[in-house]
Parts: sequence; structure tokens; C-alpha cells
Amino acid sequence: MSATAAVKPALSNALAMGSAAVFAALGVFLAVNGVDPVMNLHGALLALASVLALIYIFTHQTEERSGYLDGPIRVATLAAVFWGVIGFAAGDFIAWQLAFPALNFDLPWTTFGRLRPLHTSAVIFAFGGNVLLATSFYVVQRTSRARMPGRWSPWFVIWGYQLFIVLAATSYVLGATQGKEYAEPEWHVDIFLTIVWVTYLLVFLGTLWKREEPHIYVANWFYLAFIVTVAMLHLVNGLSVPVSFLGSQSYPVMAGVQAAMTQWWYGHNAVGFFLTAGFLGIMYYFVPKRVERPVYSYRLSIVHFWSLIFLYIWAGPHHLHYTALPDWAQTLGMTFSIMLWMPSWGGMINGLMTLSGAWDRLRTDPVVRLLVVSVAFYGMSTFEGPLMSIKAVNSLSHYTDWTIGHVHSGALGWVGMVSFGAIYCLVPWLWKREGLYSIKLVEWHFWLSTIGIVLYITSMWVAGITQGLMWRAYDNLGFLKSFAPSAGFCSSSVAS
Amino acid sequence: MNHGIFEKNSLILLIGILIVVSIGGIVQIAPLFMLSSTIEKVEGMRPYSPLEQAGRDIYVREGCYNCHSQMIRSLRDEVERYGHYSLAAESMYDHPFQWSSKRTGPDLARIGGKYSDAWHTEHMRQPKSVVSASIMPAYPHLETTPLDYSNIQDKLKTLQFIGVPYTDEMIAKAAADIEAQIAPDTPAAKELLARYPKAQVRKFDGQSPGEGVKPTELDAMIAYLQMLGTLVDFTKFDASGPNLR
Repeated sequence: MSATAAVKPALSNALAMGSAAVFAALGVFLAVNGVDPVMNLHGALLALASVLALIYIFTHQTEERSGYLDGPIRVATLAAVFWGVIGFAAGDFIAWQLAFPALNFDLPWTTFGRLRPLHTSAVIFAFGGNVLLATSFYVVQRTSRARMPGRWSPWFVIWGYQLFIVLAATSYVLGATQGKEYAEPEWHVDIFLTIVWVTYLLVFLGTLWKREEPHIYVANWFYLAFIVTVAMLHLVNGLSVPVSFLGSQSYPVMAGVQAAMTQWWYGHNAVGFFLTAGFLGIMYYFVPKRVERPVYSYRLSIVHFWSLIFLYIWAGPHHLHYTALPDWAQTLGMTFSIMLWMPSWGGMINGLMTLSGAWDRLRTDPVVRLLVVSVAFYGMSTFEGPLMSIKAVNSLSHYTDWTIGHVHSGALGWVGMVSFGAIYCLVPWLWKREGLYSIKLVEWHFWLSTIGIVLYITSMWVAGITQGLMWRAYDNLGFLKSFAPSAGFCSSSVAS
Repeated sequence: MNHGIFEKNSLILLIGILIVVSIGGIVQIAPLFMLSSTIEKVEGMRPYSPLEQAGRDIYVREGCYNCHSQMIRSLRDEVERYGHYSLAAESMYDHPFQWSSKRTGPDLARIGGKYSDAWHTEHMRQPKSVVSASIMPAYPHLETTPLDYSNIQDKLKTLQFIGVPYTDEMIAKAAADIEAQIAPDTPAAKELLARYPKAQVRKFDGQSPGEGVKPTELDAMIAYLQMLGTLVDFTKFDASGPNLR
């Protein structure tokens, strides 16, 4: 894998330049003929990106090929950190808006309603997505002992994904949205993402096909499940019909109760497959690698994998308890959510016990500590999830900030920490450095984030449970207590 | 069974994954389209009038669902606070559905008729002026922005295509119906009411109606809010009736 050779794949170069030219032409067409500002802007962005790509490909037709293809991984790693900063800052800002509504600035583009999707998409899809792209490309090449196929496809996956992020973010701010949580991008952005995602699947599969290892490593099972299931969810939940093929607005094909069920089938499995299965792939590679121990139990990995992906897909209806969704579906959703506790903890045990014989690394290596504490947070939030899926508990927690707290214990504690653990491993490997700039700063990172997350979760427990209890508070005459401090707002509706 | 088959063949692994992850969705989603008991039979549901639909599009555009639910759960306190629990039938024409998952503000499923137009106008201009503790953003630009309804026919046609029972007449008259809904006591308004029973006809944003007066985005928004939850006649609804849960 180490021999260097200069290659000039004429067909790949021609195909890549041809595709870039087609995208550029489409972009110019939409920029000129689009019927709304969002479409004009997106056409211009697509054209600009395609022209830049075209110039780059034209001037880089010869490639020095040696070993693994790590260039796209470096870009995705930097992009993850970049979008992470933006996404966390956006989350912080909208939290301040809740305390000080003047920060909405009375402008259409800066209201909480438009910026909250910006925050959720930035942290889940931009930060988390780039971590998944970077680590999956790294892991699949190393564990297959094969270079990624294609001269340009891996680059298209990485840069196409960044363009998708920019398209999605600009549409939210300008008010183009499908109005479904975590599936806000409009139809044309969805189609572009589909093209990128299918290429991603093919590059990943292609690497597996070229592998020199007889066995596909467990981390790759999880990555593959993440990639194909997210494709399935995205395609079904994204079904919509545009009002005009030159405009950004569309209407989703499904309505009401079926749309709600499909949306939370999608939404909960954005958690299950994007934020869990993919990141479990990270756990199964980076934890054993960093502590230099084999995965605790091979058999448990198999049970973990199949039971997790089978059970997760059923959990969606727990977002719809006591709603107009038929009871049978609610009960199914609750039952499977509770069962999901078992594979989740099985996976947690498999990750934690991988440290057998190397527990001292927790003391000496703060990167290991990030990875291990992430798995501990995973265990905590996958216990809290099934708890909140029980109808009686959910009747209190639903619609409150408890849900937001729960999401963040998983997103910051599990996804965030395992991501930073992986990034701290990856960066020295990718840029061929001795080690990190400062281990002391990693210590600070670890303690600040651990304490911060605990404060976040606990305050949201208190807030959410208080909200739920106040909403169902009755006075001693049997009347609902009015909780709105302003006269007339809710007290008037008590009488109805 | 030997797991090696999956570990040595990426395509078999891929197919195995696809089968395993498809089951749950098929079992939970497909029956909702086939079981007639999923959506209750009720009287009064109709597609949104063009102005209401335009208001709904603004509601979606502004991301109101990030803080407001439109789903009253079948719990005692919710029913006492907001009214009858929401029926599946009440959102059967909602593309996209806006049940939401967070109540930073109150539920809006039955907000229609609870407050006056003047209250809504003030509230959109500056929420704190009518609810002192409100943390809702202000939307002062709604009343100053003329409603763009140049493509309202295409919108209704798209909705008809995906199953909303708009008639061809409704589509042909879509733009006229938008103007009619803010012009009370006109023949056009009477026609609108025949097509969309219970539609409320008036200039919603506090400006005076008249010849050639164009709708604002606030007109559309308030028209939508004022009809939410008002269509189904619950005096005729029997929760234990046939074909009902």
C-alpha cells in the first residue's frame, strides 16, 4: 500500500469535469430562471461550486497515488470542527433568545423559528455528518486494507455534502422549509443530498469490494447500516411535490396522521441510525484502537448489531403518545422502545469492557476518558429514552424541556464526546504528527464539557418536570391552575 | 447459523440490513393507509380556503412548530385547557402536518375564535403588549408585507394532485377567493362561503376593507389562526360511534 505512483485516469477526469459542467449549467439555469429568491441563490451557489470544482479538476488531472486516500478525510475532519463551532454557537444563541426575546431583532431572518432548525441541522448533519464521513472513510480503508475507489467520487461526497449544508442553512434563514423537524430542507436540496448520499454508499461499498481482509470488520456493519437506512428514511419521509419545478416550495405527499407516523419513523431513526449506529461504528474502531485491546466480545457485537437495527426502527410512535395516532401504533412504539434498552446497554457493555486490562488508561489518557465517558452518557440516555417512552411518563414529559434535555444528553454526552475523542485520535494520524498540541487542553475540554453537560441535563430535568407538573396542576376546587402570569391568556380558555 | 456469510459478503450484509430495518416501518406505517378506523368520520372538514392555506404556508415558513403544538392530547388537563382532544380527521388535509413536539407557547389546535383579530394584530406586532411575560418573537413585517398570491393556483393544484379534495372550480377561483375573503358583503364573498363553509370573511389585519384593497401576510396568518379547530362540529361527534376508536 505504500508504493507511490503518478496516475492520470483520463476517464475519471473526463466524467468528473462533465458532471461539474452539467451541475454548473443547471446552476446557471436555476439562478436565472428560478421563480423565488431561494432558488436563484441556490442556483448561483451550485454554479459557483461547480465552476470551482471544474477548475480544480482541470488543473489536477495527474495524481500522486500512494496508500490510502486521506485528503477527503482531512477536509471532513476540519469541516466537522468548523460546523461544530457554528452549530454550538447557534444553539447557544437561540437559548439566549428564549431568555431575552429582544435578541430576535424583530427581523424575519433572525427569529427563533428560523434559527432553531439551523442549530439542529448544523449540529446533527453538519458536525455529526462530517465526523461520520471522516471516520467511516478512515475506518473502512484501514480495516479493509484497501484504498477508496474513484479519483473524484470521494471528493464529491465530501464537498457535495458541504454544499448541501450551505443550501440547507440558507434556505432556513430565508424561510424555505418543509416544516418537519430534522427534515426541513426543501425538495431540491433533498434531491441534491440524495445524489451525494448514493455516491457515499457506492464509495463505501466499493472500498469493501476491494478489501484484502476476508472479514468485514464490525465497525463497518454499523457504518453500512447507518448509510443505507438513512437513505431509506430520507427518501420515504422526503416524498413531496414541488409547486413549481423552478421554485423552492413543495408540499409533502403525506398528510396528518400518516405524515406524523412517517415523520417520527424518520425522526427517531435519525437518532437511531445517524446519531447512534454511525457513532457506534466509531466506538467499535476507536476505543479498541486507542486502548490497544480487542473488542470485549465478538458474539455480543453480533447480537448488539442485529437487535439494535431491528428494534430501533419501531420506536417512532413514542413521539406521538396520546395523540390522534391509533393506540395500537402507540403501544407498539412504547413496547419496542423499552426493548431497545437491552441492545443499547449490550453495546455499552461491549464498549466499556473493551478496556479490560487497560483501565489505567482512563487516568493517563484524557482522550480515552472522552471516549469512555461518551459511552457512559450513551448508557444513561439510552436508559432515559425507554423510560420517557412509557406512556404515563411521556404524558408528563412530552412537549416540555425534559425532551430537549434528553436529546442533549445523547447529542452532547454521547455523540459530541465520542466525536471529539475520535477527532483527537484522527488528527495526529492524518497529519502525521507525534501527538496532540496539548494534552492539558484535552483535560480542560474533558472536564468543562462533562461538567457543562451534567449542569445542562439536570437543569432541564428540573425545568421540564416542573413544566409538566404545572400544566396539570389543579386548585382545591378542582379548577386548572392558570400558569400564565398575564391576565386573560390561558385563564380565559379554562372556562371553555 | 454461521455469521461469516454476512461478514464475508458485503451485498448479503447489505440485503440483510435492508430486510431487518424495513420490517418495523412496514408494520407501523402501511396499516395507517389501509385501516378505515385511522381517520374518524366527522362532519365539517373541508380543504383550507386559499387565504387560509396561504396563511398556513407562512406559519410553516416561520417555523411556528418549533414552539407551538397543534395536537391536543387526550388528557384531562389538556382537554380542559384547550378543548376537545384533536382528531386525526382534523389534520387530514395538512401538508405538512404541524402537530409539533414542543410547547414553549400554548397549543394552537383550537386557537380559532379565542381572541379577536385586534388581539392577534397587536400580538404579532409586539407579543409583550398583550401577554406581558411572552418570549415570542415579534413579526411586525407581516402587516407591512403584501401577500404574494401569484402562484396560489399552482399551490392548490399541487395539493389537489396529492389528494386534497379541491375541485377544479376551487382552483380556477383561487386568486379571486383570496381577494373575496377580505371583502365582506360582496357577491364574491358569498361564492367563497359556498365553496368553503364556515370561512370567515373580513379584513383581518385591522385595515378597512374596500375596492382594490390587497391582502397582507398578516391577513392570511390571522385568517388561518382564526379557523384552526373550528371546522368539526363536536355536538354531532360521537366518540364511541361506529368506525371510531
